[in-house]
Amino acid sequence: MKYLDEYRDPAAARAYAAAIRKITTKPWTIMEVCGGQTHAIVRFGIEDLLPEEINLVHGPGCPVCVTPVEIVDKAIAIAAMPDAIFCSFGDMLRVPGTEKDLLSVRAAGGDVRIVYSPLDAVEVARKNPGKQVVFFAVGFETTAPANAMAVHMAKTENLKNFSVLVSHVLVPPAMESILSSPQNKVRGFLAAGHVCTVMGTAAYAPIVQKYKVPVVVTGFEPLDILQGLYMCIRQLEEGRAEVENQYSRAVREDGNLPAQELLGKVFRVIPRKWRGIGEISESGWGLTEAYAAFDAENRFDVAGASRAEPTECISGLVLLGQKKPAQCPAFGKTCTPEHPLGATMVSGEGACAAYYRYRKTEAA
Amino acid sequence: MCLAIPGEIVEIAGEDLSRTGTILFGTVKKQASLAFIPDAAVGNYVLVHAGVAISKVDEKEARRIFGYLEEIDEISG
Repeated sequence: MKYLDEYRDPAAARAYAAAIRKITTKPWTIMEVCGGQTHAIVRFGIEDLLPEEINLVHGPGCPVCVTPVEIVDKAIAIAAMPDAIFCSFGDMLRVPGTEKDLLSVRAAGGDVRIVYSPLDAVEVARKNPGKQVVFFAVGFETTAPANAMAVHMAKTENLKNFSVLVSHVLVPPAMESILSSPQNKVRGFLAAGHVCTVMGTAAYAPIVQKYKVPVVVTGFEPLDILQGLYMCIRQLEEGRAEVENQYSRAVREDGNLPAQELLGKVFRVIPRKWRGIGEISESGWGLTEAYAAFDAENRFDVAGASRAEPTECISGLVLLGQKKPAQCPAFGKTCTPEHPLGATMVSGEGACAAYYRYRKTEAA
Repeated sequence: MCLAIPGEIVEIAGEDLSRTGTILFGTVKKQASLAFIPDAAVGNYVLVHAGVAISKVDEKEARRIFGYLEEIDEISG
């Protein structure tokens, strides 16, 4: 397929790996922000191609993982209501709330549907005027345009039976939270390419300036990641800290302006709690006043109980790049994708789940 | 979650927020909103996420990765 297979070429990958070995003289810890990149790194064994000086740590960029338990509980409560149709991306269904997950609501007779797009959920609402259709609007900036469009369409069409349960999080505040920690080890970032297709690269200039860390906007295929690492290591070795764009085939400096225009109407910046990390100020989006009527939290009176994370789980430290999955005593033992204890095991893109799937032997 | 797949636009219908493309991913055709890529035309590749095209693939930039190391060597001489 075009623009995919070409970026998995083994010879080109070996050339990048050799180039990285040639320029690396010191140890560097580099974080890839996005769970999709973590997945690709572990799946394609990219760490095995790198010199031992390079330590890759895996960032908080999995929105499924960081959705707080309280919101998952609210989703479960709404989905269990008799006249509700609850629509969600498939990967949210197994995420454990305090007592159960959305899959078990469905098993008990709840109308929980997996949709590919929030626009499909709007269509479900059009076809079921007697039901309340709620879409679980989770995601980073990448997913926000689709969710904003769904809400805007519902408002334009005056669809009174559609609403969204919003749990949107933003990447740059999470990077700042990592960098401002006294335990921080991260010296450079591979920023999440698809987030930047929407938002552009400008948001990273203040981070680069304040913390003097290179930020390389990077794609998701093995060659993208190797080139992004090369660019990042080169900056580190030369003592530079700049925003660079490896993923220029998809990311423009300004991002996607028509999408940003609608995002500005539908969403406003609010504080958000991140599962495994805690609250980060100005780190998420909620609906603006103009769209508040479509907020499921306003429409339905459901409370989300808070559950303390299990003490043996180190997912917060994994999300901040301070520990690796195999350093957790529970990893692969009491914590597995079937019975996840914390944020980084609940979704396939979480660092612990990716290690469990592709590198299980290391833990044994 | 932030997975976005490149596909080729084979047909476009509708306008403004309803502008929708038929996108060919390998051998599979799917509908996606093109509302956020107003300049996208048939034959262009777009990245599609959650049923919405979020970026147009720039063909020239897409090839740069393959000549990049030679380019760098030349510059650093």
